Amino acid sequence: MTVTAPGQAAADAAAARPGAIQGRGPWRLAWERLRRDPVAIASAVTLVLIAVAAVAAPTVAHAIGHGPDDQYPTIGLTPAGLPVGPSRTFLLGTDNLGRDLLVRILYGARISLMVGVVATVLATVAGVVVGLAAGYLGGPADLVLSRFMDMVLSFPYLLLAIALVSVFGSSLTISMLVIAFFSWAAIGRVVRGQALSIREKEYVEASWSVGSGAMRVMFVDILPNLLAPVLVLATLLVPAAIVFEATLSFLGLGVPPPTPTWGGMLSDSLAFYQVAWWFPLFPGLALLATTLAFNLLGDSVRDALDPSAGRAGGGGGR
Amino acid sequence: MAQLVGEPGDVLLRLDGVVKHFPVGRGIFPGRDADAVHAVDGVSLEVRRGETLGLVGETGSGKSTLARCATRLHTLTAGRVVFDGHDITTLSRRELRPYRRQLQMVFQDPYGSLNPHRRVGSIIGDPLAVHGVVDGPARRRRVQELMELVGLNPEHYNRYPAEFSGGQRQRVGVARALALRPRLIVCDEPVSALDVSIRAQILNLLAELQRELDLTYLFISHDLSVVGQVSDRVAVMYLGKLVEVAPVAELYRRPRHPYVAALLSAVPVADPDLADRRERVILAGDPPSPIHPPAGCRFHPRCPKARPRCVDEAPPLVPRGGDGASHPTACHFPVEPGEDLAHEHAAIDQPEQEAAVSLRRVAGSTS
Repeated sequence: MTVTAPGQAAADAAAARPGAIQGRGPWRLAWERLRRDPVAIASAVTLVLIAVAAVAAPTVAHAIGHGPDDQYPTIGLTPAGLPVGPSRTFLLGTDNLGRDLLVRILYGARISLMVGVVATVLATVAGVVVGLAAGYLGGPADLVLSRFMDMVLSFPYLLLAIALVSVFGSSLTISMLVIAFFSWAAIGRVVRGQALSIREKEYVEASWSVGSGAMRVMFVDILPNLLAPVLVLATLLVPAAIVFEATLSFLGLGVPPPTPTWGGMLSDSLAFYQVAWWFPLFPGLALLATTLAFNLLGDSVRDALDPSAGRAGGGGGR
Repeated sequence: MAQLVGEPGDVLLRLDGVVKHFPVGRGIFPGRDADAVHAVDGVSLEVRRGETLGLVGETGSGKSTLARCATRLHTLTAGRVVFDGHDITTLSRRELRPYRRQLQMVFQDPYGSLNPHRRVGSIIGDPLAVHGVVDGPARRRRVQELMELVGLNPEHYNRYPAEFSGGQRQRVGVARALALRPRLIVCDEPVSALDVSIRAQILNLLAELQRELDLTYLFISHDLSVVGQVSDRVAVMYLGKLVEVAPVAELYRRPRHPYVAALLSAVPVADPDLADRRERVILAGDPPSPIHPPAGCRFHPRCPKARPRCVDEAPPLVPRGGDGASHPTACHFPVEPGEDLAHEHAAIDQPEQEAAVSLRRVAGSTS
């Protein structure tokens, strides 16, 4: 462990000011490991670019002069009424209604990122609250909450999503709520397990022994120690939510047209992929790049937070 | 609030018939889960003001459970805990809070007992924050005083536990226990996880603090030499019960319980000549399961002096054959001075004597 070297001791003495020494905590160490991970950097850069593109969508649309819902029946469609391929006018080609695919993909990124992030935040908050309550309280409360989580996890989610959408109608809000509802239980289960084991740790006992109350033990002693797995799960939940949204839109259950979504575009392209390869390809690539970047970032975050676990093939250890 | 019970002035903590059972395997059907680990089974003990009471026992003897009952981290199955004349047996967490200021604990594991996500400054300051003693810069000053008191560099206030060695971490644990200026500190194996050299430092620190701050210790260990070094009195536990309590010199010179005699004969001595001359008593077998403790005297399956009476009747913890009131022993047939346990043979039926339980003479044969 830390053995103060003579040189360092001198440096310590030189600092002299109390509190001048800043410790490097677990988060700080994880951050420093993450910063040295090329995969993490590449994923983060990709995601930043996608986010910038999503934010800049209206600006780009304005610069190009094509709105997301503008149809160009004369220049955007062949005389036979088929989509036109990539050209100087339409950089990534057009869709079946003669709309600019590039502009629609950029606008679709807004929906995908928003659904991914909002649904994940909702699911994470719900999962942490329920899981912490179950793990901390234990006993009958744990039994009821755990069975509830099992039940949610065992739902045939697509069937239920179809049912929910047909009852409430399809909209962006419903999509996010449905996705969050089917995602929180996975986090809740992990949090419950962590809370159960942390509850028995000696430092929690020590906290009781100095007279801490239940709230302090729960939020000061237990919660910070389970944030690491929650962060990893949440990072991996974002791409799952994005794919979920794309699936719903693909099936016509997500955000209703004409709002551009990647899933909706893929769905529209089904009838045209033989004559317009760009139509399914570019929305598909956008979806792939986003989910892949999130997944790789999630893996890197996990490795950074728990270097001892190591990846198969990559030698663990610091 | 806790009622005041009449108490001789010099007793700070009194345990009265403390029982702690842990149910084994939560039964699905209520009433059918009869099994329980009898971790502590009727222990009565007094800790006097200013003394260090050593509590020794092997792993699984219930000493740590007893410590957690004494500090009310566990709820008792039966019995009473009386602190400074106040019965704190059934107090809720909230009601216990004022007593926590006077009754603190140092934990065994210097790695597990400090929250890895918190800076040591806030860990040590925790008791001050919880009890609202001091705030802001004053708390920080107080914490840094405490760090200095236990031999830590106050400038390391903002460091994390992972940046300290085991010995330093244990000092953090001691500082946390001292923060509220308690009167009694229960030390649960505070040095058993440390290297021998660090061990001495921590023991010396505890001794200095006791002198300076007028502390009382309940010191738990499985190591007889450590306990002998720090304690004024020693209590020995076996399978959830006390077998002998005595002033430290008396216990080491003249153990009365066969178990204690066997333990003491196993303590290493630094003098090779003395070690050669010494009779070592080796106990055969393992301690029985605390789920189904033996009837009568719990030590009888392993005892070289076991008699039928030991199987039938649990011996009370009382002074035996001319011992003073300060030296009770729970044995029907205590070891007499000069008696050689290695020559003894149990006189009970074989089934009672489970695994080969003779004591062998090894003195000389190993040299």
